[in-house]
Order: sequence, then structure tokens, then C-alpha cells
Amino acid sequence: MSSNPDSPSRRDFLRHSLATLPAVGLLGPVTLAQAQGATTEGASYAPRYFTEPEWAFLKAAVDRLIPAGDDGPGALESGVPEFIDREMEAAYGHGGLWYMQGPFVPDTPPTLGYQLRFTPRELYRTGIAAVDGWCRKQHDKPFAALEPEARDDVLHQLEKGTVALEQLPATAFFGQLLQNTKEGYFADPMYGGNKNMGGWKMIGFPGARADYADWIEQPGKAYPFGPVSIRGDKP
Amino acid sequence: MTRMKPVDAVIVGFGWTGAIMGMELTETGLDVLALERGSYQDTSPDWVYPNIADELAYGIRGKLFQSLARETVTVRHAVGEAAVPYRQYGSFLLGTNVGGAGTHWNGQHYRPSPEDLEFRSHIAKRYGEKFMPADMQIQDYGVSYDELEPFLDQFEYVCGTSGRAGNLDGKLMDGGNPFEGVRKRGYPNPPVADTHSARLFADAAKALGHKPFPQPASNASRPYTNPYGVRLGPCNLCGYCERFGCFMYSKASPQTTILPVLMRRKNFSLRTGSHVTRINLDSTGKRATGVTYIDAQGQQVEQPAALVIVAAFQMHNVRLMLLSGIGKPYDPATGTGVIGKNYAYQMMSSIGLFFDKDTAINPFIGAGAGGSQIVDDFNSDHFDHGPHGFIGGGYIIGGQTGGRPIQQLAVPPGTPAWGAAWKRAAKDSYLHTTFVGTHGSVMAYRDRYLDLDPTYKDAFGQPLLRITFDWHDNEYKMTRFVTDRALAIVEQMKPRQHSLTIRKPGDHYDIRQYQTTHTTGGVIMGTSPDTSALNRFQQSWDVHNVFVTGASAFPQNLGYNPTGLIGGLTYWSARAIRDTYLKNPGPMVQT
Ligand SMILES: Cc1cc2nc3c(=O)[nH]c(=O)nc-3n(C[C@H](O)[C@H](O)[C@H](O)COP(=O)(O)OP(=O)(O)OC[C@H]3O[C@@H](n4cnc5c(N)ncnc54)[C@H](O)[C@@H]3O)c2cc1C
Repeated sequence: MSSNPDSPSRRDFLRHSLATLPAVGLLGPVTLAQAQGATTEGASYAPRYFTEPEWAFLKAAVDRLIPAGDDGPGALESGVPEFIDREMEAAYGHGGLWYMQGPFVPDTPPTLGYQLRFTPRELYRTGIAAVDGWCRKQHDKPFAALEPEARDDVLHQLEKGTVALEQLPATAFFGQLLQNTKEGYFADPMYGGNKNMGGWKMIGFPGARADYADWIEQPGKAYPFGPVSIRGDKP
Repeated sequence: MTRMKPVDAVIVGFGWTGAIMGMELTETGLDVLALERGSYQDTSPDWVYPNIADELAYGIRGKLFQSLARETVTVRHAVGEAAVPYRQYGSFLLGTNVGGAGTHWNGQHYRPSPEDLEFRSHIAKRYGEKFMPADMQIQDYGVSYDELEPFLDQFEYVCGTSGRAGNLDGKLMDGGNPFEGVRKRGYPNPPVADTHSARLFADAAKALGHKPFPQPASNASRPYTNPYGVRLGPCNLCGYCERFGCFMYSKASPQTTILPVLMRRKNFSLRTGSHVTRINLDSTGKRATGVTYIDAQGQQVEQPAALVIVAAFQMHNVRLMLLSGIGKPYDPATGTGVIGKNYAYQMMSSIGLFFDKDTAINPFIGAGAGGSQIVDDFNSDHFDHGPHGFIGGGYIIGGQTGGRPIQQLAVPPGTPAWGAAWKRAAKDSYLHTTFVGTHGSVMAYRDRYLDLDPTYKDAFGQPLLRITFDWHDNEYKMTRFVTDRALAIVEQMKPRQHSLTIRKPGDHYDIRQYQTTHTTGGVIMGTSPDTSALNRFQQSWDVHNVFVTGASAFPQNLGYNPTGLIGGLTYWSARAIRDTYLKNPGPMVQT
């Protein structure tokens, strides 16, 4: 709930109220909310966790995982990088939802699940550096500077695990990246991704409507209403 | 250490079974205290609309689940291997806070088949002892279906279960489950209306000669007042059920069925933020003196009590018994000992059905349990297993619980996991895709058990519970058999394409995939202290004032979801405490 110290709304509020503390008393909460909307929904979101080269990698990668096109918005337009950056600041990003006590036995069979010592933040930091290093060796350029086809090729190799990265299995990094990308594409827009509910519109998911009492008796008939978000927005 | 004022009865864990015990024991006038490690939570303010309709927070990050960072389990596939921690949620989800997993379950509410409760005797009688593999150690519960029937009924009426009777007082009823045991009266509520995919499934199943019926659902189909006077409201098929709390007061949970009454009772109290670390014994080791817990400030507290109810969920029950030294720990080398014995799970398969664009599935319209259809012909011992060479079975389910896109979106087989082709397939499939699943039993085996991990610890420095588990041949055969029957129904449903997820011989138990939270065994009930931890009343054979509720009592697992039986057994046990134990505290079954 809102008392959760890690909820995005509370984090935003704290961050914002620190930055604008002297103004709060003067302008009041409405202006505060408006200001907040302006900073988080503008195109020029400034990452809080990722460094500049990491941010370039992230944008270049998610743009290939869910590319722009006629079917629906791409991950970039949907704000997926912003979503992932914000998640890195949450308890999740810090590994706060995972059991992180050692000893770690990374060569355990995959069926026994994740056994690396990296939190999501560390997984991205280590993984991006490793992939960029690999791309520099192969192509003399970091990942983000590659042509789309070459980026796809690198991503395919990470997915299949045919690239040997130094500190972690390529598949673990790729799995994390793909999972978070789809989360950002389909999670409620209040987390920074799924802008304008573009992911939901593309597939036909009504979002937070969550009331189909009058549709139970109309089986097989296409549901006509578009999505709403938790904050009550409609696209 | 702080020592609190003694109480008559202390309940460890305040989820489904803790709430039932609280209600039953306070009715006798006892002074009852429940200790819950988590915090208080209720429909309002914790699960209100629209905040609850948040797939990321609840469905994916697991806001209502036990924090694995603080406490988890370790897992290995075989005796002799080193276990590793279950670091992220996958295979099963553990509850915490008041209501436990009873707040974020689906409400699929089943009774066992009569033979399930006397499984070893039944199988031996029908097929001979040799039909069971040498390392299979299935047992009887020690209580029969007929004895349990009134208590299974009681729990259904508390929950407002919606369904259609199949066997009313011995008379087979059209449209119900023809394989169920005799029920003395019908369900308290009619079934929830079928979703579209459930109708497609039921029509196909009927065409093949099966007898599909609406899944019994503790999702109320209409306004309902339960015997305690607590009111539930009708389910609106919101699609945010399993993993979520219910904002509609429709899904039965301790909060929507029991707590409004229990919390007001003068002889009841609840202490949240109280993590029980052990059950204390007197110098003879035959009697519990109460429990020790760590309070919200991190202090150790001793709580004396005359009666201890362990209701902390299957895995935590086993761990508490081991940490407290009650009962002899199970040893797989010799097959002796009882605590940790017969850990079992369930085996599922899933078929994705991809239809053309003229079939509007509307996958987001779904209830956790209601609106699905079931075929039960291949569960328990509902058919002759003789020619098939395995024991157990499963039900086949058609329907939909929601279309939450991060987790429940599927694309046709052969589709890449990302890129333009994935996006196109997601767009084209989402509204026209549904699932048929099988939900199968797992038997108990000599080498599948629970004990304390030698290496890994929880946040309080106590050893984690260690699971030693993998599949056996019997279950691969079972799932192949039931899944083939499910595939025949799928073929009859005529999707354009289908996908299949099934566990094949050689596949190891994979803790990354959610299967069910229907883990069982470890403190099993039975007929002899040599082979079980509890007697037929769920009373410890070793320490007579300790009772243990929950699926830890199951000697092997069912093909059904467990909670209908868990609730029934808890009411049965409470009745024995009320009528017999309190009058004359001591072992209720003589050895
Ligand atoms: C996603 C999901 C879906 C499910 N769907 C179904 C379904 O459709 N049908 C079905 O039959 N079953 C279902 N289940 C299973 C069902 O939720 C459980 O069978 C049921 O809740 C078990 O009741 P219980 O009292 O044993 O445990 P719980 O209800 O989990 O309660 C245990 C309580 O004990 C507390 N506790 C644990 N350890 C301690 C300690 N050391 N000190 C103090 N307190 C402690 C916990 O915090 C918790 O509150 C589902 C479970 C999940 C997770």
C-alpha cells in the first residue's frame, strides 16, 4: 500500500519533495503532483541507477526485444527503459525480494533455480559491461553502436548461451532483461512503462477494469471496452 | 526472556486452519491466543479496488507472499546431493500475514474421493500389494470419508462454496460430479456461470462421453450469509484472484468468513509480528508447556499454554516440529522415523489452445475457481488402473482465471520469445487463446522427505527446511495417461493450433515453474505411531497437547486441491478436542 517504503508513488514523492521542499508550502500538493507528472512522463527521463553507457545499452537492447512497428508501440516508446531503471531503485532491484545468503553454488542444475550472487542491479551492471566488452572485441564497438541486425544477432547468442561472458552465464542476464522488458511493456503505467497503455491496447487487455459481472452471460462476444489504468486514466 | 501470562490454547500461525481453530476453541470458552508472524490485513484497506488490480505488485513481485529474503527452503533432487536455496519464487508460493495463503488462493474447493482417505488399503484390496512399487509408501489417513463428511460440509458452508452436487445422499445428480462421495446436502450456492472457454471444453468433453461439471468454487455466485453470520458478495470475475486478495468479498478467506466474528470474541486475542521459533516441552518431553516466539522488536518471548495448535502451513509445521524435537525425525536410509516423512507434491500438465479470430475468449474474464469445468473420470481410483500400471490420477480442467498479460499471455508454439514476430503473435493470440490443464496426484516414496538443512539459515539464524524431491515413474505414467485424455478433448475443441507442457520420464522437478502450492506430508496422520506423526485426530502421538493442522497431515498427495480436505480435517480435529480432549486431556488413541 502507500505505506510501503518501496512503492513507486512514495519514492517519487520523497524524491520530489526533497528536491522541491521549499516550494511545497507555497504551491501546495496539486502543483506538486503536476510537476511530478511532468518530470516522469516527459521524453527526457533521466536514469537514476544506470550510467550513461548502460542506459545506451538498455535502450538499444529493449528496442530490439520489442521493436516499434505497425502492430503496436515498441519498448522505447512504451517507456520500458524508464520502468527498468525505476525497478532498480525498488526493493526488487536491490535483491530485497530474493534469498541472498551464501554459499552460492552457481553451477547447480538450472532446474534448481537462480543461484548467482547478483541482485538485479548487479546483474545488469555486470551483464552490460560483459556484453559491451564482448561486442568491443568482436565488432570494435559497444552494443548500442551496432546496427539493428547485429544487435539481434548478439541477443540471439545471449539467449542461446553461445556467448561466454566472464562473470555470469549469458542466459541468466538475457532472461532477466527479457522478463523485465515484458514487465515494463505490460505493467500498469504508474510504474513508468506501458505508456498510454500501448501494450494493453495492442493485445486487447482492459487493464484495471476488473469487473465483468455483466459479461458473464455473453460468452464468445468480443468485449468492447478499452483499458483503464489504476490511476483511472484512459488512453 | 519475557514470560507472558499463560493461556489455555495458543495457535501458531493465523491462516486458514488457525482461524478455524480459533473459532472452534473460543466456542468452548477457552482463553485462546493466536500468534502470527506477519501483520494484520483485511479487504479494506489492503485489497481495495483499484490498487489491487496491479499485476506487477501482486502477481509478479508477490506483495502478499512470505519474504524469501528472510526465510525460504532449500531443495535437492536426491539424497546425497547438496541442497541449494529456493532464492526466487517459482514452483510454489508461501503465504504470510493474517489469513496466510488463504487470502491469495483461488478457491478451488474439493472434497477427497472416499478411497483417497484409505488409499493403501483400497489399492491393496483392489489390485494387490504388488501393484505398488517397493519404494512407494502410501498410507491410510485413519479417518474415513463418512466420518469426515459432516466436517467437509461444515467448511463448505462457512466458505459459501458454489457448485453442483453430483451425489446427493446416494442419488446421482445430473450435471454434478458422478465420482464424488455421498454428500448429505447440496452446495450452499449454485455454480458460478461458465466462462466461454469452459463451455467450449464442456461441450467437447460431453461429445466424448465424459461428465463435465462446474468446478466447486469458494468464489460466491450470489450474496451469501454463512453460518457465523458473515456475508459474502457475488464474484464479478475480475481476473485478479490467485496471488491477489479479493476486493469483492467474494473469495472465501479467513477475513471474509470467520474473522469478523472471531476478532470480537472476548476470549480471543491475536498477536501479530510474533514469529514462533519453537514449541517448548517439559522435562519428560511428553508435554508441551507453550511456545517461544520473537516479537516485532526482535525480543524472545515465552508464551505458556496448556494446548498448542500448530497451524503455520505445511512446510512451516514440519520445520517447527523438527526445531522443537517433537517426534522422531524421518530417516530415508532405514525408512523409520516420522517427522519429515512422505513429502509429496502434485504433477500438472498444460495445453494452450490457439483459436482463430472469430473465437472471442476474453481471457481476462475469470474467477480463481468459478466458471471452470472439470472432468473427473481419471482421478483417484475412478477407473480401473489394472491395465495402466500406475496409481493415482488427476482431474482435467477447462476455463480461465484471468488474462494478466505479464504472466498469462501465451503465443503459439514455434513463436520466438521476442522481436517483431513475438509481438505480432502476442497481438494476434491474446484474445483467442485458452488453456486446458491436468491436475494430478503424487504418491509418497521412501526417498522423498523433509529435514533441516545443514548449511543455510533464516533471518533468525535457524536452519532452513530442506526438501528432497524428484518425480518417480508412477507419476510420469499418470500424467501421460491423463494428459492423453485431455488432448482428446482439446482435439474435439478444434483449436487452430495447440501447445503442450508435460513432464516426461527423465525430466527433473523444476523449481522455476509455478505448479501448485499444494505441498503435502511431513507430519502425517495415520493409524500407528511407528508410521505416522499424528493420530486420526491430528494429535501428536508423542506430545498429546500438540495438534498439527494443514496439508502436512496428508500421507500422500491427492489429484485435488487440498484445502477442502484441510478445512474438513481441521473441523474434525477441533470437534475431537472439544468433545473428548478437553474433558480428559491425554492421548485420544491408545497405543
Ligand atoms: C496462489 C495460490 C493458490 C492456491 N489455490 C488453491 C485452491 O484453489 N484450492 C485449494 O484447495 N488450495 C489452494 N491453495 C492452497 C491454500 O492456500 C492452502 O492450502 C491453505 O491456505 C492452507 O492453510 P494453512 O492454515 O495450512 O496455511 P496458511 O493459510 O498459509 O496459514 C499459515 C499462517 O501461519 C503463519 N506462520 C508461518 N510460520 C509461522 C511462525 N513460525 N510463527 C507464526 N506464524 C507463522 C503464516 O504467516 C500464515 O499466516 C493455493 C495457494 C496459493 C499460494
